[in-house]
Amino acid sequence: MKTTAVLVSSALAAAAGLAGTSGGAHAQDMVKCYGVALAGENDCAAGPGTTCAGTSTVDYQGNAWTLVPAGTCEDTVIETADGREVQGSLEPLERDLPEQS
Amino acid sequence: MREPAAWQAEVAAALRAEDGAAAPAGLDAEDRARFRVYRNNVAVGLTGALAAAYPVTRRLVGEAFFTATAKAFVAAHPPRSRSLALYGAAFPSFLAAFPPARGVAYLGDVARLERAVLEALHAADAAPLAPDVLAGLGERAAAAGFTPHPAARLVASPHPIGSLWEGHRGGEGPVRVEARPEAVLVTRPGERVLVHTLSPAAGRFVASLLDGATAATAAEAAFAVDPDFDPLTGWRPLLAGGALVAVNLGDPQ
Amino acid sequence: MAETLPPRAGVGFKLEHARPILDDQPDVGWFEVHPENYMVAGGPRLATLDAIRARYPLSLHGVGLSLGSVEPPDPDHLAALKALVERYDPASVSEHVAWVAHGGLYFGDLLPVTIDDASLAVLCANIARTQDALGRRILVENPSHYLRPAGGERAELDFLAAMARRTGCGLLVDLDNVTISAANVGYDAAAYVDGLPGELVGEVHLAGHVEDPGDGELLIDTHSRPVPPDVWQLFRRLVARTGPLPTLVEWDNDVPEWPVLEAEMHKAAICLEAHAPSPQRRRSA
Repeated sequence: MKTTAVLVSSALAAAAGLAGTSGGAHAQDMVKCYGVALAGENDCAAGPGTTCAGTSTVDYQGNAWTLVPAGTCEDTVIETADGREVQGSLEPLERDLPEQS
Repeated sequence: MREPAAWQAEVAAALRAEDGAAAPAGLDAEDRARFRVYRNNVAVGLTGALAAAYPVTRRLVGEAFFTATAKAFVAAHPPRSRSLALYGAAFPSFLAAFPPARGVAYLGDVARLERAVLEALHAADAAPLAPDVLAGLGERAAAAGFTPHPAARLVASPHPIGSLWEGHRGGEGPVRVEARPEAVLVTRPGERVLVHTLSPAAGRFVASLLDGATAATAAEAAFAVDPDFDPLTGWRPLLAGGALVAVNLGDPQ
Repeated sequence: MAETLPPRAGVGFKLEHARPILDDQPDVGWFEVHPENYMVAGGPRLATLDAIRARYPLSLHGVGLSLGSVEPPDPDHLAALKALVERYDPASVSEHVAWVAHGGLYFGDLLPVTIDDASLAVLCANIARTQDALGRRILVENPSHYLRPAGGERAELDFLAAMARRTGCGLLVDLDNVTISAANVGYDAAAYVDGLPGELVGEVHLAGHVEDPGDGELLIDTHSRPVPPDVWQLFRRLVARTGPLPTLVEWDNDVPEWPVLEAEMHKAAICLEAHAPSPQRRRSA
C-alpha cells in the first residue's frame, strides 16, 4: 500500500508537469478531438433536432423488408494475437422484426 | 364532432399500431391514406434523432439496417422528453440484445461509446482542475478523492471499441484493428468532446477515480488488472481531458 | 428588451450555419430556434446560442408544449422552456395549434387538432397555463392540414381569432401552411390571408414544401426547398394590407449553405421594405 501511495502520487506530479507544458500530454495520449460542436469542423454531426417540418407518406410504409446488411462492419477485420481474423456480420432482419398483425 | 380526448386517443393508438395502414375511426378512404403522413413523420423524426446520435453505429450496420433497428427501438422505447437531444439512452443495450446484430459482438459497446460522447457533449459546463493544483498535492494525492467533471464518462469493453470508433468515424474502406480490450475516457473540458483510448488497467484506474475512490484505492484496483500498470497512463488522460474538477482531501491534518 | 420581434426578415438558425454567421455577422433581423434542441445542461449548443443572442434578437419557436393536447403541458417541459426564456430573454416565444404527446409519450410530430369548440377550449386552457407559467404572451401558429377538417378557411379563421381573443395570445401565420391547406383540403388561400385579423399577427413564416411522392396531389410541409411563388404571392398580399411584419424564412431539411438561406431572407426583406410606411422607406433608402 505504501508503495502504491508513492507510485500514484509521484505519477500525478509527473502528469501534472506534462499537462502544464504546451501540447505535451495531447501528443502522447491518443487524444481525439470530436468536433461535434459547430459546422465546418471534422465530421460535424449536428445533434438530433426537433423540427416542425414534415416528410412523406411512402418512406416508412414497408414493415416486412428483407434487409441486406450493407454496413462497414462487413469490411471490418479484427486481428487476434494468434493471427486469426474475425469478421462481424449482421443477419437479415426480416424474421426478427415484430410480426405484422 | 369528435371529442378531443377520443380523437387523440385514437390517433395515438393508430400511430403506435404495427399495422402500417392503421388510422383513427371515422376517416374516409382518402383521409385514411393521408393519415400515413403522420405515421411517417413520427417514424422519420424519432429514427432520425437516433441516427444523429449514433452516426458510427449507423455506418457500421448500414442505413437500411439501422433504420429498421431504430424503428423497432422506437416502438419499444418511445420518448417521454419533448427534447430529442438526449433520446436513445437505452439504444446500446437494445442493440446488444438485438438478435440480427449478434454477429457483430462489439456493436453494443461501440454504441455505448457513442452515447457517452453525446452525453458529454450536452453535459453541464465546469472548469477542470488546474495542473498546478494537482501538482501541489504531493504525497497527499494518494489519499485524495476527486469530483469528476459532469461530462466525464469511462466506457470499458472486451472489444477494441476506441479503435473501431476511430476507424469508422471517417470515410469508407476496410478497417483493421487489433483484437484487445479497450477502455475509453470521454471528456469535454471546453466546447469539444475529447476521446482517449486506454489500456484496461488504466481504464480501471480512471473508472474507480470517477466513481469517487481515492487515488491509492484506484491504483490498487488497476494493479489487480495488470501488475505492470503505470499510474502515469491513468493520470495523463484524466488531466489532458480535464476530467476532474475538485480535490477532496478528507479531514485536514 | 421589448417582447416583440422587429418587423424585419429573420432566419431559422441551424447549428451548421453558426460559423459563417458568427464570423461574418450578416445583417439579419433576428433568428429563431426550436427551444427543444437547447434543453441540455451545458456544452457547445448553448454556448453557440449565447453568441447568437449576444448579436441578434431571438425567437423561441417551440414544438413540444402540445397546446392542443387534452393533457396539460408537461411540467418538466414547461420548466425547461421557462429556463431558456430566462436565459435568452427572447423577443418572441411561439408554439403551434397541434398536439405532440399522449399518455406521457412524445411523438415528435405536430398532430392534428379538430377545428371545433371542444378543441378550442382545450387549446385556450393550455395557452393560458403556458402564458401564466412564462409570465408573457405567446404567439400560436396556424396548422397545415393533411386530413380534411370539418369546416373551411372561415371556420379556421374564427377558431384562431377566438383563441387569440380568449387568451390574449398573438398569431403566428405560416403562409406555407396556408398554401398546403389550400392544396390539400381546399381552403381558399387568398380568402384565408384576407380574413386574418392583421392586428393580432405577430409573426409570419415562409417555407418550401414538396409534393408527396406517393400522392402527388398532397403537399408536404418539409421546409426543404426555396419559398415557392404562391407563398411569396400570399406574403405580398398580406403585408400590402398589414405593413411590415416580423417574417421568418424556415429551412429545416436538406439545409443549404448559409448564402442560399441568406438570399431567401433578402427576398423577404425587399418585400417588407416595399410595404414599409414611407418615412421608414426614406430612411432606409
